[in-house]
Amino acid sequence: MLLRRVIPCLDVANGRVVKGTRFVDLVDEGDPPELAARYAAAGADELVFLDITAAPQGRATLLDVVERTARRVFIPLTVGGGVRSASDMKSVLRAGADKVAVNTAAVQDPALIRRCARRFGRQCVVVSIDARAVPGDGGWEVVVRGGRDSTGLGAVAWARTALELGAGELLITSIDRDGTRQGFDLALLRAVTSAVDVPVIASGGAGSPEDMAAAIVEGGADAVLAASIFHRDLHSIAAVKAALAAAGVPVRLTAAA
Amino acid sequence: MTSVALIDYGAGNLVSIGQALELLGADVRLCRRPDELAGVDALVVPGVGASGPAMTRLRRQGLDRAIADAVAGGAWYLGICLGLQLLFERSEEDGARMLGLMPGKVALIPDAPKLPHIGWNGLEPAGEHPLLSGIASGTPAYFVHSYVAVPEDEACVVAETVHGGRFASAVARDRVLGVQFHPERSGADGLRILANALALIDGRAASATASPAFAAVP
Repeated sequence: MLLRRVIPCLDVANGRVVKGTRFVDLVDEGDPPELAARYAAAGADELVFLDITAAPQGRATLLDVVERTARRVFIPLTVGGGVRSASDMKSVLRAGADKVAVNTAAVQDPALIRRCARRFGRQCVVVSIDARAVPGDGGWEVVVRGGRDSTGLGAVAWARTALELGAGELLITSIDRDGTRQGFDLALLRAVTSAVDVPVIASGGAGSPEDMAAAIVEGGADAVLAASIFHRDLHSIAAVKAALAAAGVPVRLTAAA
Repeated sequence: MTSVALIDYGAGNLVSIGQALELLGADVRLCRRPDELAGVDALVVPGVGASGPAMTRLRRQGLDRAIADAVAGGAWYLGICLGLQLLFERSEEDGARMLGLMPGKVALIPDAPKLPHIGWNGLEPAGEHPLLSGIASGTPAYFVHSYVAVPEDEACVVAETVHGGRFASAVARDRVLGVQFHPERSGADGLRILANALALIDGRAASATASPAFAAVP
């Protein structure tokens, strides 16, 4: 049986792991390879490394930091931020990423998803969608450049389009909840997971192990991602997995966890 | 020291598998040309994506024939993910003709609830092949794929995994080994499987590979 994944997220700005609230007010949380090794030892099922200043600064992913991080762990690594072409994707894969996430560049050039999927297979193309609730509308809008710009695109419609173009997995972040630890936007997750048939990683708002269980059981997510609760030792990966197991969710239990 | 040719045909992440093999004591050489395969003990063929483009790249580099020749000449083959699928004859994904070192085809995972199949799923060793020595039934390994091998000869299936339908997650026949999961991304158990493969290549019994290298890896 396919197990549900618990994924610590390394938001990397200028080579350091940072965490903010709703994508701003960034606080330094440490060195990417060090944190990666710590989370792998604690039982993480995968790591997501997002170079969050690449797109706003208009530069490529920090490949040396990706490679140093990849070399420290024997669990899968998904890398995003600054990937604008299939050749960028190739560089990130060759630096040690197992999957590559595209976000801003895919909204600007949706055919990028198709080019990446044709070249490397859809299983390693993750489309990352940052979504913000539209007040009074009941829907969600896609925002890009680290939450700075609105697009007018509906998040669920964009998820479906991304899938048709070749996305193999979706990383859905509620930017209303990001860094708030108020729980995932379960309505957003339900709307997306009921519209697509690829794996969905839930992101934005994890505050407790119970929130993670809700994202999977109620939101239909295949994996849950969190940053600040792990960086600040508010909850351990083991505690999250114990809560998931107690909620009937199949998880990978390691000796360390 | 076991010499391993890590086949580089432009496909994806070679850092992780190279790193894992080196940690386990192998002498790893990145190989892009046929002449670079001369004299190695084993070929490790990684890979992501579709069979057709991968075979096109292997042929363009002259590696398809070089791999077949090296295996015929006594080298071991360890295929990982797409590298396992390339062992078979043809793919239903894009009609590609592949290496044909094992009879059978490549097809979508039957009855899968979601594709791609991404994440940790249990291995069910079938029989007692030394590749899976020390791996208990249900041990999770990391998968990221939609297609799987459908071997004609069921005797070559040494582990199975269930995602909707049941599929071959590890195959072995003579000096040819293949795993559908990523042992280099499957924690300590994945490294144990790689250590078992290196022990087979070395002609050592798997039980003799009390390598402490992976004992501390979560």
